[in-house]
Amino acid sequence: MIDKQVKTTADAVAGVRDGSTVLVAGFGMVGVADHLLDALHEQGARELTIVANNSGNGDHGLARLIISGRVRKVICSFPRSGDYSAFLNAYRARSLELELLPQGTISERMRCHAAGLGGFFSPVSAGTKLGEGKEVREIDGRLHVFEKPLKGDVALIKANKADRWGNLTYIKSARNFNPVMAMAADLTVVEVDQMVELGELDPEAVATPSIFVDRVVVVGAQA
Amino acid sequence: MIPLTREQMAWRAAQDLMEGDYVNLGIGIPTLAASFVPAGREVIFHSENGILGMGPKPEPGKEDPYMVDAGKNKTTLVAGGCFVHHADSFLIIRGGHLDVSLLGAFEVSENGDLANWTTEDPAFPPGVGGAMDLAVGARAIRVIMDHTGKRGEPRILKRCSYPLTAPNCVKRIYTNLAVIDVTPQGLTVAEMIAGMTLEKLQALTEPSLRLAPDWQVLAPPEVPKARAA
Repeated sequence: MIDKQVKTTADAVAGVRDGSTVLVAGFGMVGVADHLLDALHEQGARELTIVANNSGNGDHGLARLIISGRVRKVICSFPRSGDYSAFLNAYRARSLELELLPQGTISERMRCHAAGLGGFFSPVSAGTKLGEGKEVREIDGRLHVFEKPLKGDVALIKANKADRWGNLTYIKSARNFNPVMAMAADLTVVEVDQMVELGELDPEAVATPSIFVDRVVVVGAQA
Repeated sequence: MIPLTREQMAWRAAQDLMEGDYVNLGIGIPTLAASFVPAGREVIFHSENGILGMGPKPEPGKEDPYMVDAGKNKTTLVAGGCFVHHADSFLIIRGGHLDVSLLGAFEVSENGDLANWTTEDPAFPPGVGGAMDLAVGARAIRVIMDHTGKRGEPRILKRCSYPLTAPNCVKRIYTNLAVIDVTPQGLTVAEMIAGMTLEKLQALTEPSLRLAPDWQVLAPPEVPKARAA
């Protein structure tokens, strides 16, 4: 019997190695797997490269990993969001590296890896500072820059419901980066509010199909 | 001669949103435009974090933790609205599916170059978010901005001084003094506020302006009436 549910968040993040690239889903504070980020902190992996839209909030989750010096590099589109003091201090101390990318370039690079493609040409950032150093090609009279696929060793996903196969549903705008990050990592770990019986999720409503999911853990009130 | 308020600028930009348009509104003044779409026109708003059919701000006490806009403020969904994931949301933005992207700006150049993502303040990390995607993808890129900076310096320039968001993208500029179109013939003034002359406007603008033969007075309501949610 396939059962991807694990008992604890520690089980969920077990085996994450130093130097891993970790895809951290969410937009601002919405749709972020904070329990898994805390578990990753406990687990102790270091020298992490984090791919996220923002750079963490307050002193929990991603911010806590940064405060503890576990993060070597952040790839994101908008670090200046909410209380990002943990990131700001590390940035000013030059203890971590920032790679700034346009938001749609981050998501498309991950989708590209998930799709088994070797990269794509995008008009976004062509002729700007963020496009400098990238291969440029004129396509139909318009400048494009070459973007490589972006792969995660681990993805930390926040969903609403899962079944034991790992089919996932989300709530409203908490979907955001979760489905694309779930597709783009070697190990996709999901925290959910609730497990349901196989067959209980409306097949039309499954936003991440089980094939992309490796481990599921229940957090919050239902845990 | 009274420059437009933020609400009046947003109102003016909203008059150009047409029935059936799919529109992304940037953070700041552009966001206000949603309230001033003329009654009877159905316009569908997109938010970069995967909302198609975004509604107005929620009433106090009705905030939904799962509903935020691009600025991470609480928002709502209209009937008919739906959600997409981030890669599809930016496919919508990048792929030319939006009719209008209405953005804020620090500077715009005479050929429509846009600078709206960084002032290169060394004390803070830069952030680009969806700005570069929004500046290349929509069928029409329009900008709302104060005509001049805090010290009266022009912000419509021959060449932008800040790093570009995208070259050659802006088609129309709504300022607190005028509505200006970026055309192959140069910047063309479509509207000016009452009492403004081309000479006076030119003094506040670096590149050459020409006046459209059919130019009009830019005269929004004194206090634009927001549409009921």
